[in-house]
Amino acid sequence: MDAEVNAGGHEPAGRTDEIEIRLLLEAVFQKYHYDFRGYAMASIKRRLNQAKAAFGCATISALQNRVLHEPELMAQLLPFLTVQVSELFRDPQYFRMLREKVIPHLMTYPSLKVWVAGCSSGEELYSLAILFREEGLEQRTLFYATDINPEALKKAEAGIYSLDRMKLFTENHRLSGGKSSLSDYYRTAYGAAVFDKSLRKNCVFSDHSLATDAVFAETHLCSCRNVLIYFDRALQDRAIGLFKSSLIRKGFLGLGAKETLRFSHHSEAFSDFAREERIYQKRDLS
Amino acid sequence: MKKAVTQDHPAEAIVIGASAGGVEALSAILPRLPADYPLPVMVVIHLPPDRRSLMADLFDAKCAMNVREADDKEPIERGTIYFAPSDYHLLVETDRRLSLSSEEPVLFSRPAIDILFETAADAYGPALVGVILSGANEDGAAGLKAVRAAGGQAIIQSPDQARAPDMPRAAGGAVPDAHVLSLDAIADHLLALHRAGVS
Repeated sequence: MDAEVNAGGHEPAGRTDEIEIRLLLEAVFQKYHYDFRGYAMASIKRRLNQAKAAFGCATISALQNRVLHEPELMAQLLPFLTVQVSELFRDPQYFRMLREKVIPHLMTYPSLKVWVAGCSSGEELYSLAILFREEGLEQRTLFYATDINPEALKKAEAGIYSLDRMKLFTENHRLSGGKSSLSDYYRTAYGAAVFDKSLRKNCVFSDHSLATDAVFAETHLCSCRNVLIYFDRALQDRAIGLFKSSLIRKGFLGLGAKETLRFSHHSEAFSDFAREERIYQKRDLS
Repeated sequence: MKKAVTQDHPAEAIVIGASAGGVEALSAILPRLPADYPLPVMVVIHLPPDRRSLMADLFDAKCAMNVREADDKEPIERGTIYFAPSDYHLLVETDRRLSLSSEEPVLFSRPAIDILFETAADAYGPALVGVILSGANEDGAAGLKAVRAAGGQAIIQSPDQARAPDMPRAAGGAVPDAHVLSLDAIADHLLALHRAGVS
């Protein structure tokens, strides 16, 4: 991944803060193999400045020094570098479109593989697992839920969310065309909603980086929502290239509500399937 | 007081933040900008997070300029008004593209005015004009301060004339040398940037 995509843009040369950030991200990559070098600068700069303050460092360079020499700090830095905010059935119209328009296509395959890329703490995975159960596809589907953050993957595997989020999740589920009550899928314990483990029995949770790893399976649907927004365009292209390679012909790619293939090198390989909902279909010829 | 507005550096972009009473305030400014207005305008207006933003459609019907909701990594084009989508922060990259983010709300707001203003100040430096309009919280004050600190222009709607005066008042507290103007005067000022022959 080339982190220098800004070269040739309007960026003033030699900005100290951005030099420090690039050096820190390079250090993190070389020492810990987490590759954030292709992340969009504006957001990561903000979050690294928050980390700098949280760890009491005067500069990003000082933070880099600590991260290099105190390996335990890396685990604490990771939540600043990755954004973990999601909900079940976020943007219900996306899931409604999957349910009404994509599922009928998927029905025609005897077995299915679904990749939830950048699954974070699992909200998107459980949304899809519930939707596939409601549409009768659960038994023939294998889910891959991947993320770079091991703590997030643990949360995803646990499937425990705070009860105060259930009102929103329930309403989202209903708006997505849910055929049952969301409460059918979780029980409450210790003030939390614990999702039924049968929902993840066909799910493989795995550490996978869209920045450094390769394709690992042929899939029918890739859902990757609000992950690409944190990437610069070069890294976005790499990730979309992985989805393109992974998807079967006429496979589906679902992105976040404001993410688009419009500016991607791979835009020709996909057609708009549901423009508003940002669902794309891999072209037959590619 | 004049120095925050008149300066040598030609403006290359405008950021506007608004909250309660903001639709009315924006309606007094944006429709007055002509179709060939050469600067991009990026707008954050606070909306309830649970509904889609209709702002771009609403203002597209009222404005001569192109109006749209920002897409991620969209190159910023002259003469276009970009609204932050509901439930996303809007950021400006130093290569003059727009980025979106689902990071935590700031001051209970997503999109947050502070994030747009701070990242735009970083990208445009003295070539940025920041405008804070009517609103009932303090979002935007830190952002306008960042705009000013980078050498940009700071403009605030007169709190006496704002439907919700808290936000312009907080911005005024953070940026004492900002220019405090009526909505008409703000529109005149933005038009004057145009007539001054902005490259």
